[in-house]
Amino acid sequence: MPSPPVRVALLVTCLVDLFRPSVGFAAIKLLEQAGCSVEVPRAQTCCGQPAYNSGDRLDAKAIARRVIAAFAGYDYVVAPSGSCAGMVKVHYPELFADEPETAARAHELATRTYELVSFLTEVRQVREVAARFDGAVTYHDSCSGLRELAIKAQPRQLLASVAGLNLRELPGAEICCGFGGTFAVKYADISDKMARDKVADIERLGARCVLAGDLGCLLQIAGKLSRSGSAVEARHVAEILADMAADTPPIGAPSA
Amino acid sequence: MEATSHTFAGNARAGLANPVLRRALDMAGAGFPARRAEAIARLPEFDALRDEGKAIKDHTIGHLDFYLELYERQVTAAGGVVHWAPDAAAARAAVLGICRSVGAKTVTKGKSMVAEEIALNEHLEANGITPVETDLGEYIIQLRHEPPSHIIAPAIHLMKEQVEATFRAAHTALDPARPLAEAPLLCGEARAVLRPQFLTADVGITGANFLVAETGSSIIVTNEGNGDLTQTLPKVHIVITSIEKVVPTLEDAATLLRLLARSATGQEFSSYTTMSTGPRRPGDLDGPEQYHVVLVDNGRTALLGGEFQDMLRCLRCAACLNHCPVYTAVGGHAYGWVYPGPMGAVLTPALIGLDEAGDLPNASSFCGRCESVCPVRIPLPKMMRHWRERQFALRKAPAAYRYGLGLWAWVAQRPALYHALVEAKARLLGRLGRRRGRFRTMPLAGEWTRVRDMPAPEGRSFHALWAERGRARR
Repeated sequence: MPSPPVRVALLVTCLVDLFRPSVGFAAIKLLEQAGCSVEVPRAQTCCGQPAYNSGDRLDAKAIARRVIAAFAGYDYVVAPSGSCAGMVKVHYPELFADEPETAARAHELATRTYELVSFLTEVRQVREVAARFDGAVTYHDSCSGLRELAIKAQPRQLLASVAGLNLRELPGAEICCGFGGTFAVKYADISDKMARDKVADIERLGARCVLAGDLGCLLQIAGKLSRSGSAVEARHVAEILADMAADTPPIGAPSA
Repeated sequence: MEATSHTFAGNARAGLANPVLRRALDMAGAGFPARRAEAIARLPEFDALRDEGKAIKDHTIGHLDFYLELYERQVTAAGGVVHWAPDAAAARAAVLGICRSVGAKTVTKGKSMVAEEIALNEHLEANGITPVETDLGEYIIQLRHEPPSHIIAPAIHLMKEQVEATFRAAHTALDPARPLAEAPLLCGEARAVLRPQFLTADVGITGANFLVAETGSSIIVTNEGNGDLTQTLPKVHIVITSIEKVVPTLEDAATLLRLLARSATGQEFSSYTTMSTGPRRPGDLDGPEQYHVVLVDNGRTALLGGEFQDMLRCLRCAACLNHCPVYTAVGGHAYGWVYPGPMGAVLTPALIGLDEAGDLPNASSFCGRCESVCPVRIPLPKMMRHWRERQFALRKAPAAYRYGLGLWAWVAQRPALYHALVEAKARLLGRLGRRRGRFRTMPLAGEWTRVRDMPAPEGRSFHALWAERGRARR
């Protein structure tokens, strides 16, 4: 008898929910291809990171408690974002350090929570995808994924299996794009300088498209690319891996 | 020095618009991280060494009273004197008192951030004593009446053209037609001008990178040798440093020195590492007649046992500055006080108050690169967040921001309402943005669209689409 499929709850993330549902559907497609049964708990809204990073610990805790409840009972929780997955995996346990009972539940959730691409490669042992994307692309390592969850080789490993795709390494790929949540508007001039440096590095590569695993960074990079008149596209890596690019315009491009 | 941290946003804009600073930081910005990376690649056990360094500092900070008292006993046994300074005023008074007791007219100074912290030069000048900075970078900014912009490279904000102009304006006794456009010429001139100062100074003041409890020694590292001349030639040597610099043993200091040089400049070891233990002993060929240590607290003990205690591990290597995309964008002067960059964003509010320095822990994208390079693994972003929590609890953020955040958090705890609002917003913005795919201006997002476009949403929320698919399946 075949073993029952693993039950995965998708942590959609608030930015994917509002800006780019395609990333959510790409994630579901990849998870289903990897033998998972995907559910989307309706009780989720946001992971609470905006409150947490603004120093509003009480609201961050209140939201985190709801996330912990909403995602109870699934085999895994997967987010198409290193930032949101990092919030649950690294920061929830810290947030409840003074509440042992909730901390235990937060730790338990943390052990089940993964960023999408690292879940595919590390937990589901996915080694290749059935996708095609013609041309040179580059990849920006989002800070939370890179430094909180050690996501570096995983997306490159899967991108290597995409037919027609040629990955060019981005100099300074590990340097922040300047998004940083509310930082992008509270310190817009500094954020802009960081975005300009990032976009200049991307432009120099001559790639057709820049990929990343976090929609926050991608909104910043796509917004700066288009403001500076660049023709380079920006996409979430899941769209490429799920072979959905043909049906989905790049971020910030007119819809058909 | 007068703090200008409260005008950080304006300071930062000035830094971003300063072409000299841009060129200087772009050059240095790439150099420091590359050299550090090369040095670490040559030392496979570097990460284990970081753990060791962290453990040494944690242990010492956990027993600070014990090691400081041991240190004082050993200094005294070696013939030196320890002066305890609870705050900046006491530290200034102690240094001035020693200088006056020997009738000092000029003092040479090695580089010391603690001396900057307590504004020692201004105090000495106000009391008729001339301090002469002997670290090249410190010398340059002393001539220019500027504060340091970096904790190990104080004049990093300048290019050699500015240094040339500064030297020509200051060294008026020299031939105005002399060539001075190249760095070696500038170094040579500084060396020639400083040499008589070393020989005639009445007192030499240095900082300390480490204090060794078991021997009562102070340790400085330099790449110019100026610290050695400062502390060996005058009759009186004053070490001014802060209490958390103490470590138990020479062995511990050696471990930390291996971390410090690699993290700071990418060197295996600094060019000069010098230990001082008390004044000249009978039979010694050189050394001062008096050896004083001014141990400054100035807010450190207040950090013990609290959420900022980890900051006391800091070695002042500046790796966090060199790897910070905010520091390398705005430069050190934007931070408005002595300590810039991520370490300054944590330390400055503790030393001069959250009202003055409240911007600093907020001006971070939390990219975490500082923590990832810190030789003693200080969780800098976490501590910046702690400052934000204090500010939030004290209602320091602008009211509109607090209410906006509160309203968002309230809605985020009501999923049905939240989903309805997100769907409405996705539909509205999706329709308005469909033609161009992005917004060049957007109400309530003016600061976003001032500098970059806002990509338009696809037009439906994920949850709405998912719910519809669920119905279709059934």
